[in-house]
Amino acid sequence: MASKTTKKAKPVETIKEEPIEIRRQMRLMQGNEAVAIGALDAGVNFFAGYPITPSTEIAEILAYELPKRGGVFIQMEDEIASISAITGASLAGAKSLTATSGPGFSLMQEGIGYAKITETPCVVVNVQRVGPSTGMPTSPAQGDIMQSKWGSHGDSPAIVLYPDSVKESYELTIRAVNLAEKYRTCVILLMDEVIGHMREAVALPDVANIRIISRIKPTIPPNWYKHYDENQKYLSPLASFGDGYRFNVTGLTHDQLGFPTNKKVEAHDMMERLRKKISYNIRDLVQIESRDMEDAKIAIFAAGITARSAKSAVAAARAEGIPVGLLRPLTIWPFPDDAVRKMLRNVDIVIVPELNQGQLIQELKRLTKDKADGDLIPIQRADGALITPLDILRVIREVH
Amino acid sequence: MSRATEIRLSGSGGQGLILAGIILANAAVHEKRRVTQTQSYGPESRGGYSRADVLISDREIFFPEATQFDILLALTQEACDKYIFDLREKGTLIVDTTSVKNISVMSEHVFEVPFTEIVSEKLGSPITTNICSLAFLVKCTGIVKEESLAQAIRESVKPAFVDLNLKAMQLGFELAENYRK
Repeated sequence: MASKTTKKAKPVETIKEEPIEIRRQMRLMQGNEAVAIGALDAGVNFFAGYPITPSTEIAEILAYELPKRGGVFIQMEDEIASISAITGASLAGAKSLTATSGPGFSLMQEGIGYAKITETPCVVVNVQRVGPSTGMPTSPAQGDIMQSKWGSHGDSPAIVLYPDSVKESYELTIRAVNLAEKYRTCVILLMDEVIGHMREAVALPDVANIRIISRIKPTIPPNWYKHYDENQKYLSPLASFGDGYRFNVTGLTHDQLGFPTNKKVEAHDMMERLRKKISYNIRDLVQIESRDMEDAKIAIFAAGITARSAKSAVAAARAEGIPVGLLRPLTIWPFPDDAVRKMLRNVDIVIVPELNQGQLIQELKRLTKDKADGDLIPIQRADGALITPLDILRVIREVH
Repeated sequence: MSRATEIRLSGSGGQGLILAGIILANAAVHEKRRVTQTQSYGPESRGGYSRADVLISDREIFFPEATQFDILLALTQEACDKYIFDLREKGTLIVDTTSVKNISVMSEHVFEVPFTEIVSEKLGSPITTNICSLAFLVKCTGIVKEESLAQAIRESVKPAFVDLNLKAMQLGFELAENYRK
């Protein structure tokens, strides 16, 4: 055979860049940047995503930084592929994360359900924008509060964290990765457009002082391994593909080994396991901020950027001598039932400002038994503008 | 109770107002002050509206957007018309008269400079109008020190453009010095 001169492929020029040393002393930092650095500090080594405003900077920074640190960044064809890729990477042992906004979050719902039923740790950051559909890409809204819990079909207990500052975006990203690893589930970090794009002065803690949680690996002989072990207080060790442990992964309802089942008793066990690992650990999962609540007669219940407006309003109202306080959930799912019940008992009126047509307030109504409807006062807007401190202060003055 | 100083930089997309906001915020951080910087812009990368807010304070800042401005910079007529009514009574208004021909509310602290025209003429292109007008603002109001601004510019723009931007800054300082002389 005549020898054909095969064209030699040009060697790919590998650019060996050193990772950018993250400046940890006080400096100006954007919310999305804080999320990206938080992910790196938490040990995330796999990102797959499809860039979308207002979350793009997270993908942008990780695209630069992950490969330099031995991690993987993949830009996927869409968000369904993105959530699938981070789930697969996690099954192979990676700490994985993706970032998106409303339209992408909607597409990811099926994959989020899959990560939950297969109990695979991963984190989805949703920097919310105005919806429905493509809505207003550069404007803030808090319309995904309910979707972040109920977006995927079937009962699926959720862990959803909600920061209100750049610093807290960093902290809660680390916490989201930690909780995903600990509880073997898909944890959602819900952000506001304004916080994702906002810059504030932030000093980061030393990496040595950050608490990092990684999944527990099985130590038993491989033939004893159950991927969904019932006897492990709902937080069972997790083997990765390639560790030598055999397990099956399916989105179908499964038994302890991961194989599909239609047996009611096994389906019951699986569903209870998914529920209990969240509901038996409320104290570990729920974080709230309580501000000026000791003597408050009026309370504001708000999350994210709306809580920033509320803090301004509380300070102004207190200066006028009005006893008002703020309760802010850092964890919105599971919902902080106990803290909210206590608040409802202790104050006369609760004001609930939110950038949607009424989502958080539904949860307060669920917990309001002996109060008249008039005691819960909504302030809602979903037109892409923020609720200002003055909007809230006016209502406080009115009801006082 | 001292409140934050609220500054709004406004104009159209592509004029570099968000970069100017970041630079101003950075300068304030160098002076160890509390700061938030937010922005609002349309989906297009050029044209449309654009604004950057910077709040500077010695106390914790809660609500991060400017609602009543102590300082308003308007580079377009549209921005001036849209935001002038939220300028505080004793606030400072700085407009680029290349575009702004009518000011609907007059107050004592109004500075009218054809920034775009002057920058185009002296530096060959209007691209650094943002930095020139920001430097003018800093010199007129003293909101941050001149050295802090220079340091923030060096850190925030690409190395190749540092000199050009420092020239624009110097031009802004000179315009402020010679204003109404």
